[in-house]
Amino acid sequence: MRRILGYLRPRVLRMTVGLFIKFVGTIMDLFLPWILALIVDTVAPTGNIPAILWWGFAMVVCSAIAAAGNIIANRMASRVARDAVQAIRHDLFAKISSLSCRQVDAFTIPSLESRMTTDTYNVHQMIGMMQRLGVRAPILLIGGILLTLTLDPILTLTMVCILPLLGILVWRVSVRGIPLFRKLQRSVDGMVRTVRENITGIRVTKALSKTAYEKERFAEANSTVVQSEKQAGITMALTNPMMNLLLNLGLTLVILVGAFRVNSGLSQPGVLIAFLSYFTIILNAMMSITRMFMLYTKGSASAGRISEVLDAPEELTAQPGDGAEEEAHVRFSDVCFSYHGREDNLHQISFSLKRGETLGVIGATGSGKSTLVKLLLRLYDPKCGNIVIGGRDVRTIPPEELYPMFGVVFQDDMLFADTIANNIDFGRGLSREQIRRAAEYAQAWSFIEALEDGLDHMLTAKGTNLSGGQRQRVLIARALAACPDVLILDDSSSALDYKTDAALRAAIAAHLPHVTTVVVAQRVSAILHADHILVLDHGRELGYGTHAELLETCPSYREISESQMGGGAVAQAG
Amino acid sequence: MHKRDSRGNGDKPQNRVKVLLRLWKYLMGQKWGLLLAFVLTLSSNLFALVGPMLSGLAIDAIGVTPGEVQFGRVGLFCLLMAGFYVASAVLQYALAVLMIQISQRIVYRMRQDIFDRLVELPVRFFDNHQIGDIISRFAYDVDTVNASLSNDLLQVSASVITVVGSFVMMLLISPWLLLVFGITIPSSILLTRYMTKRTRPLFRKRSAKLGELNGFVEEVISGYKTTKAYHQEDTMTARFDVRNTEAVDAYYNADYYGSMVGPSVNCVNNLSLALVSVFGAILYIGGHLTLGNLSSFVLYSRKFSGPINEVANILSELQSACAAAERIFRLMDEPPEAADAPDAVALDKVRGEVEMRHVTFGYDPQKTVISDLCLTAKPGKLIAIVGPTGAGKTTIVNLLMRFYDPQSGEILIDGRDIRSYTRKSLRKAYAMVLQDTWLFHGTIFENIAYGKKDATREEVEQAAKAAMLHEYIMTLPKGYDTLLSENGTNISQGQKQLLTIARAMLLDAHMLILDEATSNVDTRTELAIQAAMRTLMAGKTCFVIAHRLSTIRNADTILVIQGNAISEQGTHEELLALDGIYAGLYRAQFQ
Repeated sequence: MRRILGYLRPRVLRMTVGLFIKFVGTIMDLFLPWILALIVDTVAPTGNIPAILWWGFAMVVCSAIAAAGNIIANRMASRVARDAVQAIRHDLFAKISSLSCRQVDAFTIPSLESRMTTDTYNVHQMIGMMQRLGVRAPILLIGGILLTLTLDPILTLTMVCILPLLGILVWRVSVRGIPLFRKLQRSVDGMVRTVRENITGIRVTKALSKTAYEKERFAEANSTVVQSEKQAGITMALTNPMMNLLLNLGLTLVILVGAFRVNSGLSQPGVLIAFLSYFTIILNAMMSITRMFMLYTKGSASAGRISEVLDAPEELTAQPGDGAEEEAHVRFSDVCFSYHGREDNLHQISFSLKRGETLGVIGATGSGKSTLVKLLLRLYDPKCGNIVIGGRDVRTIPPEELYPMFGVVFQDDMLFADTIANNIDFGRGLSREQIRRAAEYAQAWSFIEALEDGLDHMLTAKGTNLSGGQRQRVLIARALAACPDVLILDDSSSALDYKTDAALRAAIAAHLPHVTTVVVAQRVSAILHADHILVLDHGRELGYGTHAELLETCPSYREISESQMGGGAVAQAG
Repeated sequence: MHKRDSRGNGDKPQNRVKVLLRLWKYLMGQKWGLLLAFVLTLSSNLFALVGPMLSGLAIDAIGVTPGEVQFGRVGLFCLLMAGFYVASAVLQYALAVLMIQISQRIVYRMRQDIFDRLVELPVRFFDNHQIGDIISRFAYDVDTVNASLSNDLLQVSASVITVVGSFVMMLLISPWLLLVFGITIPSSILLTRYMTKRTRPLFRKRSAKLGELNGFVEEVISGYKTTKAYHQEDTMTARFDVRNTEAVDAYYNADYYGSMVGPSVNCVNNLSLALVSVFGAILYIGGHLTLGNLSSFVLYSRKFSGPINEVANILSELQSACAAAERIFRLMDEPPEAADAPDAVALDKVRGEVEMRHVTFGYDPQKTVISDLCLTAKPGKLIAIVGPTGAGKTTIVNLLMRFYDPQSGEILIDGRDIRSYTRKSLRKAYAMVLQDTWLFHGTIFENIAYGKKDATREEVEQAAKAAMLHEYIMTLPKGYDTLLSENGTNISQGQKQLLTIARAMLLDAHMLILDEATSNVDTRTELAIQAAMRTLMAGKTCFVIAHRLSTIRNADTILVIQGNAISEQGTHEELLALDGIYAGLYRAQFQ
């Protein structure tokens, strides 16, 4: 919560001005009953009708000032809320972008999404309402009490002795409420996840006629949300009636005490009437405070969830360290890695590539091929061993230097709802010519050219208006566009037919001769010509060498090769 | 298509009366609860109304001169007041709890209704909409409606009663003084109406912009690895900022006018207080009113205007609830997959003869993806579909499964148009493994058994063994009960595919579609599961889309699709002899 309130600090001046205007407006509201008391007690008994009219006019003026002040102040409050939330969202988004993969795994994507959306929304509501009611309500409350003091201090004290009870009530409820709202937000995460799964898996659920089952599954998530919301709501619902009751009992007490005071000539009934009128204001103020308090409780649960992300430690920052000249451009030395800290997902992997060389990585499903790529990209840090690019350990290279070296296509890569050109450019400010050339090398130009609006063709979210192969070619174009030092293709030609795949490899060899390439593939044909081939199995090296060498030395490689290409191919390649 | 939808449906405001009427229907689902709530509200407010009456009486009993206080009466009234307030508080609490129950039941129903419709929607809808925007309707929009139902509804209904009650009380005290409200109430109403009109489009925009923001967030967060790898965090943040600014500005604009309503109505109420004071005083001077009467009247007038104030304040909330409800109902109104033909029959006892006759199709009717396609698959035969990327191979799957219907031509199974079968039975007749694997948040067991109700542990293990997964699963600490989280890092893309293959193995279907089913599985594993695949394919009509030509070499028919139509057709040997596209593709893998 403190973290979120920090966002209001730069806006303190504006808030103070708004608060002051609100204060003036609210004071005007308070003058009204005071004038009323004056009319009833002092002016009316004299029968002076012009005076009554004057005081009535004063009331009108007060009302007008009150309205104007409140409107201005409300707008200022809205602006503060807008700016603060804009800043919070900006920071949260930037922070999420900079989270390490491990942190994203821990938070989970649906939860990050709902923190980004519903939680910031709750905070927005909270900041807005807190300013609006938060100024008005306490002023009405305190002002109301102060004014009653001028009327009759003893009666005021009678009423004030209720306040500590109210304080205890609010505190107790809030202590119980915040964890309940946190639980609610967690259950919302679960519901969002279910909806998300159903949207992404619609073909499967329809194919398997699981619609009814999915409805049930959603019903479960839905009722969890409803249950948590009920629980939180019912807990909070105690506040309002209890508050009303305490205050009303206070009022009754005031009348009783008032009766004695009037009897002994210490007070007048007019004072009592005004007192009751203020009392309504106080009661309304308390109701506003209750609402504020509900919003606060809900908002602070959300603020907590936002702060959790904002306060997540900066991981994978660049560490100090110097590089050394070396022949190898990309080098892995005895690299081990484990996702969950149990068994190694990669174990003692070493290889070394000179500039312009290609490494092919092949291996069984789940053997750690993609993990290797993620380590090279420093999406995770290895448990032991070194990964070196250009003589420098990747851990010592700051991200703004490290990442521009790469051109990457992931296995399940993303296209955005934007034009093809912008998807290839990806914010790097490349020239049209660079984009076009990259599309050509990636064998994407032929189909892009055939589109009515060419590179400016709009893609739908996730590129669903392209075929699988077309998507991959756009992604490859993205990877090639900025002429990277290191090109990483993680099984990214799986949807390309052989001919296109071959043409792609030829284009890369011809136009980007100095790029060091790491290709993860299922097909031997895709890595056949690589300078080095790494055969992985269960995270361990099974063989390392050229195609010809591995055919000799690595039985499992030979087996893969033969199964895919037949004996003839082996002879051909050999 | 999507653009046209959003123009025809998205921007056009729905009739507000209709929106309210539909919300009303949801309320009516809980009519007994609501009736009870209404009774509780009525009594709780009546009790609260008695308060000022009693306090007025108490003050009258106190009198004006010292020493003449009738303590007996004052005490009695005070006791009565306390009693009424306690009862009122108890009722209030009961009412709040009841309202939470009711509103949560309504919200539950509403979310369920959106979801029920969502899963009935045609695949086209999902290809055209952003996930984040849809989720936004489940989360933010329903929440907004909910906030309105649980808080505002209660307050409004309580207000109405307080207003009516106060009115009656004031009428009893002094009908003349009541004339004051003849000026102020109409001005309140006019003011509110004007403001509502003004703010309506603003609130609608606010909901829509938030949906857009969520759509963007979902898109970018799910692709965070790419952003990272290209170090484009700043670019993405800049793009986010544009949407963020739009969203907060839309929020602010709605607030800008929305925040006027409260103070304005308050002002009108203050004016009425001023008028009441002046005329009350004059009436008192004229001897038409006692001081106690004036006091009660002022209290009631405060009570009378208080809720009007509140209503004006929550009016903006009601507005945003309306805008949110509109978005919800719009999703509910999306046309579902067209109903099965009235005389549709269930497809059982499938022989598995599939025929496509002159099928023409394009996702956008203007852009044909497949034109005049004809093919015949005899029962139990293996049909392989190859061709350059983007030739529409996956589209054939979409048509066979009836995710989309062709623009012209027909598809027949066992000699009958597939549109004459029920969709459910048609889809059940296929087992399908797609390139895009889909797993859900559940255990490995649940994921494999997904297609077969009450599959036993043994069957699941059998399938996993056949898919070469058993060994791997057993290395996991919880084995088959391991929970697969959405982006479980410990499971690779290839293993995900194997899981979906295991899932397909449990199905009892007569036809099989494999769309790049093993593209992420290495060939050794693929070879190892081949026996199982053969069993899976045995006796079934199979459609296989693959790039690895080795896997389809022994297909009964290979279709080569290029340029929207079949360009070659035949067995592996025939096509090689033809020395056309296929032969070229085949040779390419050895270059």
